[in-house]
Amino acid sequence: MSDGAPAGQPLIHPGQWNIHYDYAVGDTARQFFTDLRDHARIMGRRCPGCQAVLVPPRAYCERCFVKTTDWVEVGPLGTIEAFTIVYEPFDGLPRPPYVVAYVTLDGASTAMANFVTGVDLSVPAAAAQRLALGNRVEAVFADPREGLITDFHFRLA
Amino acid sequence: MPTRTAIVGVGQTDYRFKRTDVTIQELTQEAAAKALAHARMEMGEIDAFVLGVAPDALIGIDNVDRWMGQALGVAPRPQLRVNTGGTTGAAAAQAGYVHVASGMVRTVMVVAADKVSESPDAQWVLNTAMDPVYERSIALNAINMCSFQAVRQMQQYGLTEHQLASVAVRSRQNAGANPHAHLRRPVTLDEVLSSRYVCWPLKLLDCCPRSSGACAVIMAAESVVAAGHTRAAWIRGMGATSNTIYMGDKMGPGRRTDHADWDELALAAATAYRRAGISDPLAQIDVAEIYAPFTCTEIAAVEALGFCDKGRGGLLSEQGMFAMDGPMPVNPSGGVLSANPISATALARVAEAALQVMGDAGARQVPGARRAVATGIGGTLQFHTCMVLASDM
Repeated sequence: MSDGAPAGQPLIHPGQWNIHYDYAVGDTARQFFTDLRDHARIMGRRCPGCQAVLVPPRAYCERCFVKTTDWVEVGPLGTIEAFTIVYEPFDGLPRPPYVVAYVTLDGASTAMANFVTGVDLSVPAAAAQRLALGNRVEAVFADPREGLITDFHFRLA
Repeated sequence: MPTRTAIVGVGQTDYRFKRTDVTIQELTQEAAAKALAHARMEMGEIDAFVLGVAPDALIGIDNVDRWMGQALGVAPRPQLRVNTGGTTGAAAAQAGYVHVASGMVRTVMVVAADKVSESPDAQWVLNTAMDPVYERSIALNAINMCSFQAVRQMQQYGLTEHQLASVAVRSRQNAGANPHAHLRRPVTLDEVLSSRYVCWPLKLLDCCPRSSGACAVIMAAESVVAAGHTRAAWIRGMGATSNTIYMGDKMGPGRRTDHADWDELALAAATAYRRAGISDPLAQIDVAEIYAPFTCTEIAAVEALGFCDKGRGGLLSEQGMFAMDGPMPVNPSGGVLSANPISATALARVAEAALQVMGDAGARQVPGARRAVATGIGGTLQFHTCMVLASDM
């Protein structure tokens, strides 16, 4: 209901935005995705200042604001830092239920998000227990790989 | 020395799911007219505008601020759009305050409006705010990013779903006294706890609605207030912080802030409190309007604002500390859980806090409120604002 009640049915005009983009990922992410695609390995970048291994890798450490230098392989095992089980369907997003988790891959200083598969999600509380923070997961690589973040996902180790 | 600045008028439309009777421009005009009436001012007395507009794609009109601005009058006056995602309305208030405090203008109108219900794709739009290279295709959105916070609160502090539900029950109880609120029907603990999971552990009734509506706030310099305003909510302190867009940076062993907490809000509050002369927030602040689109985010905020220690917010919520008759009333308006017109949501927190210290909050008035705090949050929980308002200069 509005402040001024409308007379009769509202008149609705349909609209649609459908915009195409070709995102250039830059040289740092290009190296990350090349390693992921060609060698099934996950790489981070070390900050020469604070020594943090940033995953996903960044050209600059945003904390020290210095250029990162060395590539460091991380994982494939890692630790769950946060998760959610999505039970609600959202237009344009995957069909539920599914799990998204942030995982610190071994050797990394920061956590990275990806899907977690292989957990029975029919009973939320039981599923949540299996995904408890601190539990171990392993990166599983797709075959073939396309150089996308979905070239890997996590499953319970 | 900044010019002393006060809010002298507030206008809010009713927040509803749909407003099919008006365009976004007309919605803007509605709130602006109400604010002018409240301030007993004419549009010609406004020196500048700040428009708060969150992502355009939520309402499907690109650079919609151009439409809203011209709808407020075509006289040549400065006009600025602010967008910081969910924080937009509070960031717009911050920009408006800086306008007047700088001495460059005497009055400013801050306006924000949204018609989020006109697209069912809000979460998909918010997904496009994620890193297109590393994170977008992992289906992150505004709900699950807060779920990540909730699971960390549960793990680190023992926060329970029952404690979360207590926030929803209290918010909806309060909303019953706010004619502007979108969801005014009270809900019971059982209803909240038995509502379906959206993004575990958050259930449907832990989540805010999508609302349409507009909010306008008029700010004026001390000289303008002295010349003719009897109602004034003085802006005594303002703080704002930003942090990384990568939530994972706030989780790993290298984290400097924790995604469970709102350390960024604590920093913004420290700045606002210092400027406002607040050293004991629980004793010196009478009411809080907190930007909390999910139950778990309010818990993190009451801790960051210094109302209690980290990890205690859930238990204290359950025990009634933040109820209207408790020691620290939170969200007398019903908060974001009861109305969420995204662009305007954080400005509504400022507006409601101003009404409280003006003594003009009607049935939701906290008796004798003299100091209020209003917060905003947005991005991937990366932007935080905190404003302290007071009945005295």
